[in-house]
Amino acid sequence: MSAGSLLLITILLPLLGAGGIVAARRNPDVREGVTLVTASLLAVLVAIIANRFLNGESFFVTIAEPLPGITISLKIEALGMLFALVAGTLWLVTSVYAIGYMRSHNEQNQTGFFAAFAIAISCTMGVAFADNLFTLFLFYELLTLSTYPLVTHSGTAEAKKGGRLYLAILLGTSIGLFLLGILITWFLSGTVTFQKGGVLTGKIDPAWAGPLYMLFLFGIGKAALMPFHRWLPAAMVAPTPVSALLHAVAVVKAGVFTLLKVTIYIFGSDFILSNDVTGGIIWIAAATILFASLVAMTKDNLKARLAYSTISQLSYIALGAMLASKSSLVGASMHIATHAFAKISLFFAAGAIYVVTNKKLISELNGLGRAMPVTFSVFIVGALSVVGVPLFAGVWSKWYLGLGAVETGQLLLLGVLMLSSVLNIAYLLPIPVRAFFGKPADGKQYTKVKEAPITILLAMIFTSSSCMILFFHPNPFYLLATLAAKGH
Amino acid sequence: MMQGHLCILLVVIPLFAAPIAAILPRGRLPWAAALIVTSVCFVLAGMQLWSVVQDGVVSYELGGWAPPWGIEYRIDAVNAFMALIVSGIAAVTLPYALLSAEKEIPEHLIPLFYSAFLLCFTGLLGITLTGDIFNVFVFLEISSLSSYALISLGRKRQALTSAYQYLIMGTLGATFFLIGVGLIYSQTGTLNMVDLAARLPQVSSLNTIHTGFAFIITGIALKLALFPLHLWLPNAYTYAPSVITLFLSATATKVAVYVMLRILFSVFPSDFVSTTPTGDLFLLSGIAGIISASVYAIYQVDVKRLLAYSSVAQIGYIALGIGFASFTSLTATLVHLFNHALMKGALFMAIGSIIYRVGKCHMDSIHGLGRQMPWTFGAIIVGGFSLIGVPGTAGFISKWYLVLTAIEQDSWISVVVILVGSLLAAVYIGKLIEALYFKPAVDSNPAVNEVPFSMLAPTWILVLANIYFGLNTELTVGVAEHAIRVLGVTAE
Repeated sequence: MSAGSLLLITILLPLLGAGGIVAARRNPDVREGVTLVTASLLAVLVAIIANRFLNGESFFVTIAEPLPGITISLKIEALGMLFALVAGTLWLVTSVYAIGYMRSHNEQNQTGFFAAFAIAISCTMGVAFADNLFTLFLFYELLTLSTYPLVTHSGTAEAKKGGRLYLAILLGTSIGLFLLGILITWFLSGTVTFQKGGVLTGKIDPAWAGPLYMLFLFGIGKAALMPFHRWLPAAMVAPTPVSALLHAVAVVKAGVFTLLKVTIYIFGSDFILSNDVTGGIIWIAAATILFASLVAMTKDNLKARLAYSTISQLSYIALGAMLASKSSLVGASMHIATHAFAKISLFFAAGAIYVVTNKKLISELNGLGRAMPVTFSVFIVGALSVVGVPLFAGVWSKWYLGLGAVETGQLLLLGVLMLSSVLNIAYLLPIPVRAFFGKPADGKQYTKVKEAPITILLAMIFTSSSCMILFFHPNPFYLLATLAAKGH
Repeated sequence: MMQGHLCILLVVIPLFAAPIAAILPRGRLPWAAALIVTSVCFVLAGMQLWSVVQDGVVSYELGGWAPPWGIEYRIDAVNAFMALIVSGIAAVTLPYALLSAEKEIPEHLIPLFYSAFLLCFTGLLGITLTGDIFNVFVFLEISSLSSYALISLGRKRQALTSAYQYLIMGTLGATFFLIGVGLIYSQTGTLNMVDLAARLPQVSSLNTIHTGFAFIITGIALKLALFPLHLWLPNAYTYAPSVITLFLSATATKVAVYVMLRILFSVFPSDFVSTTPTGDLFLLSGIAGIISASVYAIYQVDVKRLLAYSSVAQIGYIALGIGFASFTSLTATLVHLFNHALMKGALFMAIGSIIYRVGKCHMDSIHGLGRQMPWTFGAIIVGGFSLIGVPGTAGFISKWYLVLTAIEQDSWISVVVILVGSLLAAVYIGKLIEALYFKPAVDSNPAVNEVPFSMLAPTWILVLANIYFGLNTELTVGVAEHAIRVLGVTAE
């Protein structure tokens, strides 16, 4: 099959899956079968594409040309490949998890849930493989819209309020700022296609490059930089599988991914370094890292704490992008993958706790660890990987980010990264400690509490062991990240 | 032989069909007549555009009298494009109209309804095709008078007062237009547009000409519902029968925009806009219109009125395009004119379908209908996205051009206004979608089914057109650019 059409299939396959899910709505077993088959096919397909890409094959396809010079095109480069691999693999894992979660929790309208999920994955693939800003923007917006029904899934007043905030911030920033940035880029350079070395060199007065970069930085609301981060905690009203895959992996990573793409292929790292484009605004990311960690400490709701942790970790990637040195870009790209596996493990654990005990608050978890040892072990692995302890994958991305800060002489930023790791320990590790060693408030023992259903456990074990395996074998992510940092 | 007579056939066929429809027996015959006439006109308009693009301008002397004494019909790319839009919308409206009109209009008035519809159609086509400025006035009155009658056929009593309100405003507009034409005639001695274009430069510094110009522009602005002269529009659109709302919103204001463009850039010297304060006034009206009408739309509880205010806001975008008066901006105007006809057509059809099922379209009475009428709901979603300007839909294309022009002209305030306008549109469309889908169904509403195929098909033709013209703009942008060149504005 031709290389370009394979790319099209990565987008069409989940869409077809969504159709199949709706068609099989009367029979839940068949419906879940469709989800699993589609997700497996997609994972295999993405793996095949990655393999062929690493063997030097190039993939390109143009779907339409709405305006002269502005096309809807798909193409593979290293960063997009990395993102697609993460999202494609984790969709399968999350589907396994979601089936257990949704059934044991007796959620309503599961057909709509699984269908919207598949559509969101289709949009994520579009974001990953977009060849130009226009295509990326198209799928970026569709991703927002397709995840909205997932956020409001429960239909409660809180869910609707969360959904409204979600749409308002994501659409507001993307139409108000991101689109404006794209328009200005087109106006100045006459192209919106991602190119090696960027397209703006010589086309823009370096003094204005900083403000333009800010349009992208804030306009890409999915990257959740402060002050446009509020949608992420608000989106936590969604069922946990959604929080796990979409709001720890696909949606937010689509944001920082876009930011990296803009940095590498629109501005170009050399242009940024030689003109000090991000010198001042890099502190926005640094501030977000620290503030979000501090806010996370104050949250008693487990998912809310994880959400603020995500905000903080996303800014690592934004920081890496803005440092724009080779090492920092490797670190930022790696962090897309390593943080994904770690954070999804944490959310899976949170969801398992909720399904079994209906508990959402950290203060209620005392003593639960002995009843659910697997779940909390998974949590510990995820937490240590987020902190960046050796033996866990998270250390690699932090290593390269730190190296980037040293390379560019930004020692203060290195300090921020260190301090943040300490804060990570402070807000993540007390949770399993409490569960294993704390005493329940009313003195009762959790004798009747068992581990979550097997599908949930399997998914958790997979993601947490990946965190460890990726420490020893960081490929193909490391390879792709180095290629991406070189602008391939 | 037929080729040469295309333009006159386009006016004569519906004109003669109108009285015939009126005397046909009750039942579906009048509808069938109107359906045939509009479909034939659509085909003829297509042939006409083809022949104009192939062979250039076609001139037709009415009754064999040579211009400038006789009335000349002069068809270039602009008219032909407009005629195609008008007849195209009419042709998709009619299949939809059958059931909707039977539901909303008393049976004994149905023949008159189709008769007035055809007259209105005649008037709109006539305006686009004629090359004589007085003849424009005549057709303007034909279309206006028939639309007053059509609006007054609405289900509620308020339809009468809104028709009356429109009558007063519309007559004022027409009178202003006529006064302006008279003043200009007094200085140039001609009513033929080509002739006027040749003579006006010599007298364009005269106060009489400036006064006439102001009268004409104000008159058309009233018909166009340009902010702040839009007050008749929300009522008229809200209370008119659904079919009429969708037909008028997709065609009548668009034809008025065409007349505006023709007068501003083709009849008057094309730098007249920039050398007088006209351009700035359009920008001002556009900016104020986009923001205020969008905010008004958010607070409406009647869905048709919400969309009506949204139309006023969309006319604001068109005004911005006119105000910038550059090649790109006018292209954007013309493209938006076409795209807006598609999106509002689709949306009003979908709302009409809801009225067909539940008999009302108050925000509180449509709760949960999205789940019961999935295809209609889908149409509202896509139409709404197009209105917001989501990429991949037609609405995105016109906004893209408009913002580019604004950046080109360093008008950052307009850039902000256009983007904020999109956000406000997202808010009111979001409200609509939330009411239709996320709110629990009202108990007093009986469960309803999807509307019949004859209503869904036209709706979805327009919906798919919204997507098609968002992905392939060769036709729209290509024809619009050609048309703007014909109007006498060229790219720098």
